[in-house]
Amino acid sequence: MIVPFLYELRAHRVPVGTQETLALAEALEHGLHDSSLDGFYDVARALLCHSEAHLDAFDQAFAKHFKGVESLGNELHQQLLDWLKEAQGRRPTLTPEERALLDQLDKETLEKLFAQRLKEQKERHDGGSKWVGTGGKSPFGHSGAARDGIRVGGPGGNRRALRVASERHFQNYRDDLVLDVRQLGLALRKLRAFAREGRPDELDLDGTIDATARNLGELEVKTRAPRKSNTKLILLMDVGGSMDPYADLVSRLFTAAKKATHFKELRTYYFHNCIYGQVYTSAQLRDPIPLGRLFAETNRTYKLLVVGDALMAPWELMDSTGWPSDGTEGIVWLMRLAELYPHCAWLNPESPRGWWQTTIEVVRRVFPMYPLTLEGLSLAVEQLTRGGRA
Amino acid sequence: MRFKGTDSYLTSESLRSAVDCALALQRPLLIKGEPGTGKTLLAEAVSQALGHELLTWHVKSTSKAQDGLYVYDAVQRLHDSRFNDHDVRDIKKYLRLGPLGEAFAAKSRKVLLIDEIDKADLEFPNDLLHELDRMRFRIVETDEEIVAKERPVVIITSNNEKDLPDAFLRRCVFHFIEFPDQALMRRIVEVHHPKLDEALVDQAMTVFYELRSFTRLRKRPSTSELVDWLAALKASGLKSLKLDEQLPFIGALLKREQDLQAFSEAFQGGRRSKA
Repeated sequence: MIVPFLYELRAHRVPVGTQETLALAEALEHGLHDSSLDGFYDVARALLCHSEAHLDAFDQAFAKHFKGVESLGNELHQQLLDWLKEAQGRRPTLTPEERALLDQLDKETLEKLFAQRLKEQKERHDGGSKWVGTGGKSPFGHSGAARDGIRVGGPGGNRRALRVASERHFQNYRDDLVLDVRQLGLALRKLRAFAREGRPDELDLDGTIDATARNLGELEVKTRAPRKSNTKLILLMDVGGSMDPYADLVSRLFTAAKKATHFKELRTYYFHNCIYGQVYTSAQLRDPIPLGRLFAETNRTYKLLVVGDALMAPWELMDSTGWPSDGTEGIVWLMRLAELYPHCAWLNPESPRGWWQTTIEVVRRVFPMYPLTLEGLSLAVEQLTRGGRA
Repeated sequence: MRFKGTDSYLTSESLRSAVDCALALQRPLLIKGEPGTGKTLLAEAVSQALGHELLTWHVKSTSKAQDGLYVYDAVQRLHDSRFNDHDVRDIKKYLRLGPLGEAFAAKSRKVLLIDEIDKADLEFPNDLLHELDRMRFRIVETDEEIVAKERPVVIITSNNEKDLPDAFLRRCVFHFIEFPDQALMRRIVEVHHPKLDEALVDQAMTVFYELRSFTRLRKRPSTSELVDWLAALKASGLKSLKLDEQLPFIGALLKREQDLQAFSEAFQGGRRSKA
């Protein structure tokens, strides 16, 4: 029962593995689920989900996998009611006391009472033997019915767990992008480079001991600047036109870069097809910033990552429509960028099979180009950290 | 041992179940949820219900995993050695146990709250993996091993500011505290303000849930804000409330300048109320 459910979860992209399976088995061994589907839902959710983003998928998988169990519970319920009717018919086999008890109640009240007890069963924690079959005190407790009674514990709870599960409370927390953004984020994490910078406010223990010893035991405290990430990244992104099919993929990369906390500085700019004299701070190509200003504000230590398909009409590379138009062609701007930022790479969402196309071929001579895949990103990051072009 | 909540801390069935899981499997319990849904209070409730002492470790952006285990004050030792008036041979005098170390070394079982673990560096949870798993660590300076005699109940809260590493998540029992529905909220309010006028609570709840559904807010008010607000209303002796009129003590519910502005534009025709 459990293992197929775990595979169902995996099919819904909830990452569960051996460790979760064992933990769940251990919890069930401890009886934490109170032998009810209800309890199982809570226990399984606590152990198998690790993030609220997975709760919705969990609910869906649960609802799908345990749907049949609910109707089974209802059947049991019906069976018990049937048994009750039969029991009334079998009156001669009952002891006089039992008969007296049954006589107090007509069929309707009996059924009503039974339904009521079944409902109450949700509150109870011991598997149900108490309700149906406590030594003749209850009108329902006779000749082996107790075993059925225990199983009734199921339906009372089932309905809640399945109802909760199919209500899909956690839909809003779902974020299918998370996995991919995280993978991209991990690839970007390799861009870390630490350097000691800023105010010296960390105790340099080795330095202090050394200095104190040299000082003939007179204490001399040495401090040093804490290690901080030193990576500064400029992200340039082609938007619109031929890039539209890749918008989703590219936005994931941007999310990952923005979420990464290990950059000392991250500048993101946008351009369309080719770069002429200026880039834009918004994806709507508004709020331009002249490249001259960018060059002035940054220096060679910045790493440059360009994302674009480098597909355009050949004349666009040679055009000089930029502002202020000083006659510099697009290709020259690209070469300047590559020259000013020796740590640079170009990520292309086009498949490498199409890279023979003219403009891509040209841009490839200027920038080291990698496909926009996890592997390509890793290679690009490697290139950026290695620095300088081969 | 089953956790049932306390008189002042109401829980849902699934939260109780998660706590029970963590207790039985002796794994850390990771609690996430909107701010103000009682993540930190849970640890207090657990400690109260089980009768174990609570140790709290408030994680800050500068916190390191090592701080939770122990700190070796080398500078103090060096300093003391200069004047020859302290015995510096005993290194133990300069070792101080952190909250995690204390919980391990204690003779009786403790409840340890690691509050807002996401505030710290990305590597912080990873650095604690082994210690939380094995419940032991070694003090390098004395080569002494501290092993937990009674595994503490570890409760970790996170506000989701950073993603936690998968390896860490795998070892935790996870629970996401949902925002309470109206019925549960009413019980929570009753626990905190038992003698409040019912009509006023009704109106306050209506206003509160209407505010929460008002999508222009940057930070939606949560349980703790409602409780505070009701306390203010109680103290002022007000009898009735309306969302379209000047709402008293709005500052207790809305904490951002932009939210107050958005609120006054939407409900009060642009007039700014006194917070």
